[in-house]
Amino acid sequence: MKSLDDLKKIRDGAQKKVVMRGKHDGIRILVGMATCGISAGARPVMNLFVEKIAERDLNTVTVTPVGCIGECAIEPIVEILQGEERTTYCRVNEEVAERIFNEHIIGGKVVSDNVIGKFRL
Amino acid sequence: MNELSLHILDICQNSIKADASLITIIIEEDIINDFYKIIIGDNGHGMSQKTLSEVSDPFFTTRSTRKVGLGVSLFKMAAEMCNGSFSVDSIVNKGTVVTALFEHGHIDRAPLGDIGETIMILILNEKDIDIYYEHIYNNKKYVFDTREIRKVLGDIPFTEYSVILWIKDNIVNGIKNLQKEETK
Repeated sequence: MKSLDDLKKIRDGAQKKVVMRGKHDGIRILVGMATCGISAGARPVMNLFVEKIAERDLNTVTVTPVGCIGECAIEPIVEILQGEERTTYCRVNEEVAERIFNEHIIGGKVVSDNVIGKFRL
Repeated sequence: MNELSLHILDICQNSIKADASLITIIIEEDIINDFYKIIIGDNGHGMSQKTLSEVSDPFFTTRSTRKVGLGVSLFKMAAEMCNGSFSVDSIVNKGTVVTALFEHGHIDRAPLGDIGETIMILILNEKDIDIYYEHIYNNKKYVFDTREIRKVLGDIPFTEYSVILWIKDNIVNGIKNLQKEETK
C-alpha cells in the first residue's frame, strides 16, 4: 500500500528539480478521450504514455486527454505537437503507442505506419 | 464498453465540458441487497429541462463534429440491461447528477475495471478540476480526494507524473483492501 509518506517523498524529490514542466513547452501528446476513443481503447494508450514519461522522468513531455475530432471510425487518435509540427496518429493501440514513444518522442522519427496526416499548423 | 470505469470516464468528460470544478464519484456496492450503484455529480453549468429530456437519446449531442452522442445512452443501456435503472438530474448553474443502478450479481454487469486509470486521466485534464471518489463496499469505505492531495503537494503540479502514478496505485490498492478485508 502506497502511503502518504511516499507521496511526501515524491513531492520533496520533485521540488529539487530545477526544470519546471511548462504546460505548453516541449512535446505535447494529445489522446482523444471521447466516447469513441474510450470504447476503442484510448485509456490504456494514455496510461502507457504516462508510465513511459514517468519511467524516463521526461520534463518536457506532457500527455493530455482531449475530446473528439470527428473521425470516430479511426480512433484511438493520438496527436503529437512539437513546436509547429503536428502529427496525427490513428488506430493507436498499446503496441503502436510504445512505438510512437520510442521512435517519435525519443527518436524524433515519425511512425509512418499509423500516421494520417502531417502538416504545418 | 466492457468496464464500468470506462463509462465513468466517459460521463465525467461531460462534467468537464460543463466547466465543473468538482466531480464527485460515489460507488456503492452492496452484496447482501444485491445492488451496485454509481452516482456521478458535478457543479458544472447544468442543463435545461429540454436538454435533460433529450440527453439519453443517442441522436442528441452538443458537438458539431458528428450527429450522435452515445456516452449517456450507452451507460443507461448498461444499467437497464442489468435489471437496474438510470437517471439524470440537473439544475441550471448548479450542476448535474447521474445515477446508475445495477443488479450486483447480474451476469451482464461489467466489472469496475481500472478506476485508477480513469481518475488519473480525469486529473490530467487540461481544466483544473478536483475529484472526490468514494467507494463503499458493504459497510467499508475508501475515500480519495484531490483536495487532500493538493494540501500535501503544495506547488507541485499533478503533471509531475510520479505523483499521478502514486495516485493511481493508491486508488487501486485502496479498493483491493476493501475487498480483501471482507473475505477474512
